[in-house]
Amino acid sequence: MSGVPATVGSVSDDAVLVQADGLVKRFGDFEAVRGVDVKVRRGEAFGFLGPNGAGKSSTMRMIACTSPRTAGELRVLGLDPDRHGPRIRGRLGVVPQQDNLDNELTVRQNLQVYGRYFGLSRHQVRARATELLEFAQLSDRADDQVEPLSGGMKRRLTIARSLVNEPELLLLDEPTTGLDPQARHLLWDKLFRLKQQGVTLIVTTHYMDEAEQLCDRLVVMDGGRIVAEGSPAALIAEHSSREVLELRFPIDQQHHHVPLVEDLAERVEVLPDRLLLYATNGEAVLAAATRRGMRPTSSLVRRATLEDVFLRLTGRTLVD
Amino acid sequence: MTVLRIVPMGSYAGRARAVIERSALVNRRNWLLVVSGVFEPLFYLFALGIGFGGIVGTLTGPDGSPISYAAYVAPGLLAASAMNGAIHDSTFNIFLKLKYAKVYDAMLATPLGPTDVALGETSWSLIRGGIYAAGFLAVMAALGLISSPWALLALPAALLVAFGFAAVGMGAATLMRSWQDFDLILLVQMPMFLFSTTFFPITVYPEPIRIAVECFPLYHGIELMRALTSGAVTWGILGHVAYFAIMVAAGGWFAARRLGTLLLT
Repeated sequence: MSGVPATVGSVSDDAVLVQADGLVKRFGDFEAVRGVDVKVRRGEAFGFLGPNGAGKSSTMRMIACTSPRTAGELRVLGLDPDRHGPRIRGRLGVVPQQDNLDNELTVRQNLQVYGRYFGLSRHQVRARATELLEFAQLSDRADDQVEPLSGGMKRRLTIARSLVNEPELLLLDEPTTGLDPQARHLLWDKLFRLKQQGVTLIVTTHYMDEAEQLCDRLVVMDGGRIVAEGSPAALIAEHSSREVLELRFPIDQQHHHVPLVEDLAERVEVLPDRLLLYATNGEAVLAAATRRGMRPTSSLVRRATLEDVFLRLTGRTLVD
Repeated sequence: MTVLRIVPMGSYAGRARAVIERSALVNRRNWLLVVSGVFEPLFYLFALGIGFGGIVGTLTGPDGSPISYAAYVAPGLLAASAMNGAIHDSTFNIFLKLKYAKVYDAMLATPLGPTDVALGETSWSLIRGGIYAAGFLAVMAALGLISSPWALLALPAALLVAFGFAAVGMGAATLMRSWQDFDLILLVQMPMFLFSTTFFPITVYPEPIRIAVECFPLYHGIELMRALTSGAVTWGILGHVAYFAIMVAAGGWFAARRLGTLLLT
């Protein structure tokens, strides 16, 4: 595990909401999580980034105290999930990957009944449901059934439901997967507001834009392990260049040009239809390449993104 | 609730009531459907006890004195309907919510544990079963089919019988892989309903079959109920009670454990 920066700064331990050391989860012979070390502090928005099957959801479920760990140490809100599951869960909010709203209840009842599971009084859940309907912009659908709601509305309701107990720590497993851009931006806005109110967020995602939008700090997981850790900017600085020059060529012509530009960039990546040149100054590299007589069909200089880091660390091969 | 110390740590938050409230809320919309459940055993009672009973005449009751066929069949139907209702609720409903509706996944992300879920769901089924049993007993009384004040205990006895079947049924539901497996349950339930002395006394059987019938849980439920409604109460009924107490304890323990392994993986 090279390249993982040491955690810096001295924060007192009660500000640490989640601490995992050598966390392992096995399902039979399959090891989904292979020794994960994580520390999440109060007020942070922390991300688990990784391709499908990287072990993000398994890690989240262990933190949510709905999946016992196989090995390693885990403290959530300072408590051991194996011994204090119900107490910890009482202070968490959980948004699962797939909405599991109660289809036999109305929108409002979903919030009220869920609040009762947390031991809130009838009076409290009534007030809380009205507030949360407002927050989720679902007040006009309050007495409708859940089933006919759109995907975005269901997701908002699931998030609203997870807030019914005013959690200190909110766990969101791929919160915007499958939503249209409007719905995603609306949700990010809601999550951002929660963060400003001091709610600690832990998010898993495979969307780079989501991670960059939401997370102060994140880890990249691959094959059950953490392969990188840091803020989005720090990860880009460490694992990519500042800029990327994309040179497009007719299909299968691109590799002829590699020797011509190899020495101009920190790294050259060959894709089916283009070359990616990682460099600090993309325009300068483009000018140099043009001087050497390179004539791509098109060229583009862009800033490096988390997606470049992600693909570099977890590879371009499809993982299922 | 000291008995619950045996459940795994963290599996019980003492909040089964919230699960019952959910069921009550869901059923409030179709309460007519819920109440209609009271009629099923009554139809059997009218068709077999009164109708068919007219040509059967009288039988020897548990205490040796003659009783009408209707008075003989009624406690059997009471126990059988407690069984049918409990098995339906604990297998079909639980399986549906477990596999498809994912209601329990959502519950277990809260302080609720598998034991809260198992207790809450079973309690709701018992509340419903209790209403049906009370209705049936009232009709029995109106028809003059009750001959002893012991019959007042038939209501808690019906709840105990239902509790036993619900606990075992829920355990069975956690083992089911698909809807096909429900045929297996019917395969056990149907013969038990027909042959556990519901409609005729055990004396009609040859010895080996009699022993087999005496092993059926429903046989003990029916004998318990028949003793109470006819007033032929002996210390022997404690054996029937014990049979169901064991079903409750063993089935409940198994169900809570299985729910835990299924949902908290």
